[in-house]
Amino acid sequence: MDRFACDVLVVGGGGAGLRAAIAVAETHPKLRVAVISKVYPMRSHTVSAEGGAAAVIKAEDSLDAHAYDTISGGDWLSDQDAVEAFVREAPQEMLRLEHWGCPWSREPDGHIAVRPFGGMKIERTWFAADKTGFHMLHTLFQTTLKYDAIERYDEWFVTKLLVDAGRCQGVVAVELATGKIQVITAKAVILCTGGCGKVFPFTTNANIKNGDGMALAYRAGAPLKDMEFVQYHPTGLPFTGILITEAARAEGGWLLNKDGYRYLQDYDLGKPEPKPVLRSMELGPRDRLSQAFVKEQEKGRTLEGPYGHYVHLDLRHLGARVIDTKLPFVRELCLKYQNIDPVKEMIPVRPVVHYMMGGISTDIHGATPLPGLYAAGEAACVSINGANRLGSNSLTEILVFGARAGKAAAAFAATQREPSPSVLAQADDEARRLEETFLRKTGGHERIATLRAEMHETMEESAGIYRTGATLEKAAEKLQSLQERFRDLSLDDHSYTFNTELTAALELSYMLDVAEAIVQSALRRRESRGSHQRTDFPARDDTEFLAHSLAYRGADGRPRIDYLPVIITRWPPGKRVYGR
Amino acid sequence: MQPAVTLRVTRYRPEQESEPTFATYEVPFRKDWVILDALNYIKDTLDGSLSFRWSCRMGVCGSCGMKVNGSPKLTCASFLSDALPGPIRVEPLDYFPVVRDLVVDMSDFMRKLKKVKPWIIRHDERPLAEGEYLQTPDQLDAYKQFSMCINCMLCYSACPIYGLEPSFIGPAAIALAQRYNMDSRDEGAPERLEILSEHDGIWQCTFVGECTKVCPKHVDPAGAIQQYKLTGAIHWLKSLLLPRGAR
Repeated sequence: MDRFACDVLVVGGGGAGLRAAIAVAETHPKLRVAVISKVYPMRSHTVSAEGGAAAVIKAEDSLDAHAYDTISGGDWLSDQDAVEAFVREAPQEMLRLEHWGCPWSREPDGHIAVRPFGGMKIERTWFAADKTGFHMLHTLFQTTLKYDAIERYDEWFVTKLLVDAGRCQGVVAVELATGKIQVITAKAVILCTGGCGKVFPFTTNANIKNGDGMALAYRAGAPLKDMEFVQYHPTGLPFTGILITEAARAEGGWLLNKDGYRYLQDYDLGKPEPKPVLRSMELGPRDRLSQAFVKEQEKGRTLEGPYGHYVHLDLRHLGARVIDTKLPFVRELCLKYQNIDPVKEMIPVRPVVHYMMGGISTDIHGATPLPGLYAAGEAACVSINGANRLGSNSLTEILVFGARAGKAAAAFAATQREPSPSVLAQADDEARRLEETFLRKTGGHERIATLRAEMHETMEESAGIYRTGATLEKAAEKLQSLQERFRDLSLDDHSYTFNTELTAALELSYMLDVAEAIVQSALRRRESRGSHQRTDFPARDDTEFLAHSLAYRGADGRPRIDYLPVIITRWPPGKRVYGR
Repeated sequence: MQPAVTLRVTRYRPEQESEPTFATYEVPFRKDWVILDALNYIKDTLDGSLSFRWSCRMGVCGSCGMKVNGSPKLTCASFLSDALPGPIRVEPLDYFPVVRDLVVDMSDFMRKLKKVKPWIIRHDERPLAEGEYLQTPDQLDAYKQFSMCINCMLCYSACPIYGLEPSFIGPAAIALAQRYNMDSRDEGAPERLEILSEHDGIWQCTFVGECTKVCPKHVDPAGAIQQYKLTGAIHWLKSLLLPRGAR
């Protein structure tokens, strides 16, 4: 085992991680900052984000309007002080990215162009055609290359956080190319590892989204907040789960049931108009649109294909010119992966797991309750997203809270002494665990793919768009049994060189922990709010549950759920009204 | 009976084998499966020790480039049905050191990418308070195509020059340099030209054009190299005509 050291260690090289690293390098140029990532940074899932990033820029828009859209979209579970900071800092963060070279789409006069998005009153979504995440990630990554202070550990897989004397002081990681188990000590660690869509079978999320950081924090004693809130995006391609961006509806796309009827008009989302109307119909919030799909399916008005029920997204009336300039990636994805041309044909779509509103609990500066540990991006829950995230807030969130976490972690690191020697003993223990449990393990009967498939089935049945206490209870038991069976894993690969069976096993163990936190948090929340819909408790209950859930890992390894009040500043809980 | 297809896949575990070999796997044939789905089927059910990189499965992360029946491809965007009848050969990308099985070492590219300074270079940074740099849609179009590179390495694997001369800076890195040169906000072209005019820069390219043919994102690195050579030649000519004035 080799030992490496830095001042601030960023885990994860997506948008939040890279923005955090730049913030450290700019605010504390003397600190050594490192980015450790299980993939090369430009492979991170930020790359797949399509539609855009919200920030107030138009004269007729206002910070309050952005805040209200976010808070009402989140069904009043967002912390309003965090939302206020978010909308205030969003425009300057987006401008900074413009200065770093992001190829934002423009108006004819050269100013930044904005498009509408679901759940927003005034258009404020900055976009780079429909490859916004891709361009943001590559701009950020290429910009990090100019900072010599930023070191990188590419393709290193973190297995444990080192915590001593109540402070996070580094990580243990596997260097994939060699299989060496390494230790990196740090005075502060920022987790920017993204979400965990892969706990579900049908998701827009990339293979790497396994809740690594969430599980690492949870195992280190930090709580996971609001894990029951899982966003289904209403328009994914059946089978692949490839996302068809909300921008397709913002540009004027229609959702049609099997009779060619714009069914959203039956779900209190407004009346159909030929042109898109903000906060109405196809531009309603994602949770409400995904719920409407289920109801429509129950009425027998969806279509059925080899990969389940679906409806149609119709873009044909937009014409080839609009599709090619505003939605080129949609056309490319449909042609390449679904063998249909949206200029001439309707796109089959169904709701698909897309985003975790919940995550590692942080304050407004990205700090977790564990000193020295910070988090940002989808891995974290500040919370600005509440019970349902507004489309195009997540790309902005990675910038605003990536930067905030970077600055706060740097300021903290600057005051800390070198890590204590006892963390190295912990690292030795971890190396032994990895050797014994995985690399040199023989025997065992369970395959990774079998356990993963059973977890998928359990999560889809219990923690989908609609939930009930009985299925959640069954799911909690099933996940416990999967945890036990995980100990009887059988592994084919005992090589040290780029062992992806080892990483798949570690990812499965992370996902099982995260899945338990989701199910337990969902079981305890006996109300319906935003993306969390309980058929046995169909109403929102502000008396009991205007609160964030906190899942702690109990002494028995099971989640223990606690609650934290929601911070309300200027927008008392109200009714969510769309289309009126 | 379910139809099946045979895959012949490169195996190389440096701790076990001194050189790469092929292993043969039979997988179910499904018309909506891509090569990557077949590899995942192998890993999940037949042999958990097969190693390959993948992530987004939508052609944008750039991880899953491999050779399919001899051509560099993104395996998430290549259907089994387009590679029939089989056996379908799946091999690591050419010209890179093989780390293991289908995983290649791309650290050479990561060094070259940094070398071309792929970031906005300006003499004076405008304060954020003054707002955005204006850029018309036409100015955006001037570099947009080159900004589409996903770093998938297919162009290096297709480039015979890179195969012969690994010091060649290569198609993707040159295209990304040109992406910034052509950006109306950037003033770094002279710095980059110096780097690219070195002997392992652009001059080695003989316009084979394979890089552009295999690019899954239509970046046209060959076009970038051609533009660059022209700029480089003019720069060189000017320096001859105006020995003290060109800088």
